[in-house]
Amino acid sequence: MRIFEIAAFAVRGLTANKMRSGLTTLGILIGVASVILLIAVGNGASSAVQQSIAGLGTNILTISPQRAQPGSTAKPLTTADAAALVSQDSPDVKYASPVVSAQATAGYGDTTHDIGQFIGSDPRYFDTTNSSVAQGNLFSDNDVQQARKVVVIGATVATELFPGTDPVGKSMLVNNIPFTVVGVLAAKGSSGLQDADDMAVAPLSTTQNALTGYGSLTQIVVQAQSADALPNAQAQVTTILNGRHKITDTADYRILSQDQLLTARTATTETFTVLLASVAAISLLVGGIGITNIMLVTVTERIREIGIRKAVGAPRSSILGQFLIEATLLSLFGGALGVAAGMIGSQFTIAGIQPVLVPSSVLLAFAVSALIGLFFGSYPASRAAKLRPIEALRHE
Amino acid sequence: MSPVIEVRDLRKTYGNGDTAVHALRGLDLIVQKGEYIAIMGASGSGKSTLLNILGCLDIATSGQYLLDGIDTGEFDEEQLSLLRNRKIGFVFQSFNLVPRTTALANVELPLVYAGVRRAQRRERALAALELVGLQDRTHHRPNELSGGQQQRVAIARALVTSPAIVLADEPTGNLDTESSREVLGILDRLNASGRTVVLITHEDEVASHAMRTVRVVDGKVAGVLV
Repeated sequence: MRIFEIAAFAVRGLTANKMRSGLTTLGILIGVASVILLIAVGNGASSAVQQSIAGLGTNILTISPQRAQPGSTAKPLTTADAAALVSQDSPDVKYASPVVSAQATAGYGDTTHDIGQFIGSDPRYFDTTNSSVAQGNLFSDNDVQQARKVVVIGATVATELFPGTDPVGKSMLVNNIPFTVVGVLAAKGSSGLQDADDMAVAPLSTTQNALTGYGSLTQIVVQAQSADALPNAQAQVTTILNGRHKITDTADYRILSQDQLLTARTATTETFTVLLASVAAISLLVGGIGITNIMLVTVTERIREIGIRKAVGAPRSSILGQFLIEATLLSLFGGALGVAAGMIGSQFTIAGIQPVLVPSSVLLAFAVSALIGLFFGSYPASRAAKLRPIEALRHE
Repeated sequence: MSPVIEVRDLRKTYGNGDTAVHALRGLDLIVQKGEYIAIMGASGSGKSTLLNILGCLDIATSGQYLLDGIDTGEFDEEQLSLLRNRKIGFVFQSFNLVPRTTALANVELPLVYAGVRRAQRRERALAALELVGLQDRTHHRPNELSGGQQQRVAIARALVTSPAIVLADEPTGNLDTESSREVLGILDRLNASGRTVVLITHEDEVASHAMRTVRVVDGKVAGVLV
């Protein structure tokens, strides 16, 4: 019909009150941009997690103790368990590194820093976690045997405690016990929810001695001879541990392969993404309600104009069209700016996460914003269209 | 030849029950093509209600209204808007121009809804503005025009579609003497060129321009002065 002219009326209506149109657009802009950006952040986090787990290598099994229930007979994982895993009965197991971890506060000079993870293990741990040294050296088996107070620190700990100085050779206090820093690990980056570089590794013996005591191990990290040998290694490990722990039905430990770890962690980050996306969706909804609000105000304010248009013969459909187009233009314009803002925003690292844009989320957010205009604009527009001409003209 | 307006036993009631207000109580009126009629009456007599119904802005409670031979009784809102667009030119006391919109765009408005093409629309709107003597004010907005000029834009808008009738609800009510004279002069010329004009007024001076004056008292025609 005269759709072009009606669209022109709509544009004129919007430009007549630029401030109001701008603010309404801003609501949609923020909604769309946050949907795109937060989904990108969630996606970035999960791909970071996948990468970091993939970095572990495909021939790793992680054994962790089942949380002891009161009254249960669950036995702790011990250093002896770890030692027993490498034997003639387990030809497919290459290494088994016992691991303990603790919370620790480190201090150097006047600075202190809470280390995210203070790990006690043996030198094979670096191998199995794909950690390489950036400065200094790793500690040796000899350090473990002698329980020397040496420590290898992560990149975050190095920058927090030793800004501008070389940490290697310095003595750092861990829970007030002096440790000598022998090396700094290469930075790995954040793996989504936690900083993988906020850690320190010391010999198992030293850590148990100084920090954790001789209770259960946190983990035993088993490296199989090869990726193909992993299922066999898992079976052998199970047999040995079942024998040592006298298991008949339910095991008191858990074996996770890298695949399982990946599945578990991916599920976590997916939940995280869904959570972020729903927060963003709510802000988009609020933006839509903003459109309804503004359009209702616009309709009320322009009742006389609607009356005039009707008096000169505007059919109901053209009034409806005019206000629907106004609402849709607001949301489309906001949506387009929001897409731009979201795409620009996702170029930056946010909270340690490099966002990864999901093309479908961009399309979805834009399409939803257009629909929001139609949906939230339809009520005010139909109210305008249904006005009786004489009542609209009499309105002051 | 059928009259332009034929109204039989027109009734309009606002509200219902005890609080009902009877604005029109069985009014009859016939207006022939080319006539110039003034409707007079005290405030509350129902003359504005009558004009609104004649302009298809309002709907009668009962009675018959034939516009140009067409019975409007069964029409729905969509058909009424078509009638308003094609058959009726309405001039209001308070001008009722679309704000922030140029005189030209205001005059073009009915043609837009009639689906007239852009070039032809412009040509006809400019001709209508020239007829009311505003060819040099086409790009002024209502707030840049005097009351008299605004009313002349409104008249141009009313006649641009070449309607069967021009209805004017106290067109000079908000104007000074000089502007009133201009507006009435335009209406006189319209009528002289064959257009049917019906206007409401309570000034005898204005009514004297008309061929006949219809007095409305208590929702009925009380007398016709020729």
